[in-house]
Amino acid sequence: MNTTRPPTFFDRVVAATPQGELLSQCLQCGTCGGSCPSAADMDHTPRELFAMTMAGLEDEVLASNTPWYCVSCYACTVRCPQQIPITDLMYTFKQMAISSRRFEHRATADWSESFIGFVEQRGRSFELGLATRYHLFHHPTQVVKMGTLGWNMLRHNRLTFRPRSIRNIEQLRAILEKAKAIAEKEAVG
Amino acid sequence: MNAPSYTYYPGCSLQHRSHAYEVSNRAVARVLGIELAELDDWNCCGATEYFSINRLPAYALVARNLALAEQAGARELVVPCSACFLNLHKTDAHMRQHPHLEHNINLALKAGDLHYDPGSVRVRHLVEVIINDIGFETLSKLVRRPLYGLKLAAYYGCLIVRPDNALDDVEQPMLMDRMIEALGAEAVHFSMKTACCGGHMTQISETTALEMIHRLVRNASVNEADGMVTICPMCQLNLDVYQDPANRMFETSYTMPVLFFTQLIGLALGLSPEELGFGQEFVSITPLVEKIRDTPPPRAKPERRPRQALPMPAMPH
Repeated sequence: MNTTRPPTFFDRVVAATPQGELLSQCLQCGTCGGSCPSAADMDHTPRELFAMTMAGLEDEVLASNTPWYCVSCYACTVRCPQQIPITDLMYTFKQMAISSRRFEHRATADWSESFIGFVEQRGRSFELGLATRYHLFHHPTQVVKMGTLGWNMLRHNRLTFRPRSIRNIEQLRAILEKAKAIAEKEAVG
Repeated sequence: MNAPSYTYYPGCSLQHRSHAYEVSNRAVARVLGIELAELDDWNCCGATEYFSINRLPAYALVARNLALAEQAGARELVVPCSACFLNLHKTDAHMRQHPHLEHNINLALKAGDLHYDPGSVRVRHLVEVIINDIGFETLSKLVRRPLYGLKLAAYYGCLIVRPDNALDDVEQPMLMDRMIEALGAEAVHFSMKTACCGGHMTQISETTALEMIHRLVRNASVNEADGMVTICPMCQLNLDVYQDPANRMFETSYTMPVLFFTQLIGLALGLSPEELGFGQEFVSITPLVEKIRDTPPPRAKPERRPRQALPMPAMPH
């Protein structure tokens, strides 16, 4: 009898997260959602999302806005009685949502991707370029409002027009390319 | 004795957006007699963004800095930004705990002729270096202008005490409260001292972020703080720059100054506001500076409940 089965959604979430195996110990106590500063705006509390993950509701989990409203403050992680790495699981859900293109929060992912675009190009972040690109594309109606804030930032000398670059950018690019290649190979294999 | 020297990772925020923090770090380090030697050719830590997209490149991006530090012979890396601190600290810890991850990260680093042995560089936050290596006693001896009369809320933010470093209590740390007292000021009770400032949420969902910012400023205000003291450029930015939008949303009128902890130390050491980079902040610090008195104010005794408030059963007649 063949006892091997293809990995379930739960298996893949666990495998992609350092210490992710602790997720199977979830008590459904809700301490995570109760500790979360942004839970009020989430489609599902972390506890619900974990129950859905165990039930194999892949589409619903990856379409939820919950991981995108996680502010990565680790309040849930340090309070979890089972030491589940909740914040890292949220990162896993975000990655899976992006790679499977099954989510409805494109703008949020674009913010992260634009940020990283500048970092991959120069080795340093570039706030003015990032904010301009993101808000022109996603919130064109709010450009005046954002522009006022940007102007005030400039006035207080908190923004620069000149992005900085690291010296050995070729080295950084080579490292990141290699890391991406390994990640891709492991995802397939 | 030679001045102790630390390898220093400033992070992108301190280059421009929070340059005031960099200016005050440098000025205070000079007076305290410590050298901050910038790590050559460091790169961005990826903030909270890269881990949302692709985990291994995110670790590799951070690890390049650790490898550069190790290559330069550094045993410690001092970081003033809480997000950078968390990413560097977490990458080192995860590399120690997960051999397969360590193998993959080093495989990626090899493409750039680099290697990192996990555990070889100790990542430390600047606030902890000043408090533990200089100490409260030395710090109070160096004070030239005690901050008498100031009531301050020590705002630690979320990332410095979490998730897995034994720096201080994860919910109610006291390190910075004691530092504030050592400078002559009063650290007020501040129950939200480790609540999150919202991070990048101002860009993703502004109302969510403004609510978090409002809660923090309100909590400091009801505890009668004259200002909030931060150790992270993101916290300072959110509480300072977005205080006005939060006031508009909640119809409040808070004008709570938000200082970097080195700016506060610098004021007590007798440095001028210019030397400490003041001028980048949106909420003026002038009212706060004007509250500093020449003599320590009498400390109000903690209120005690009157005895008769506790009803005792009486014997029937």
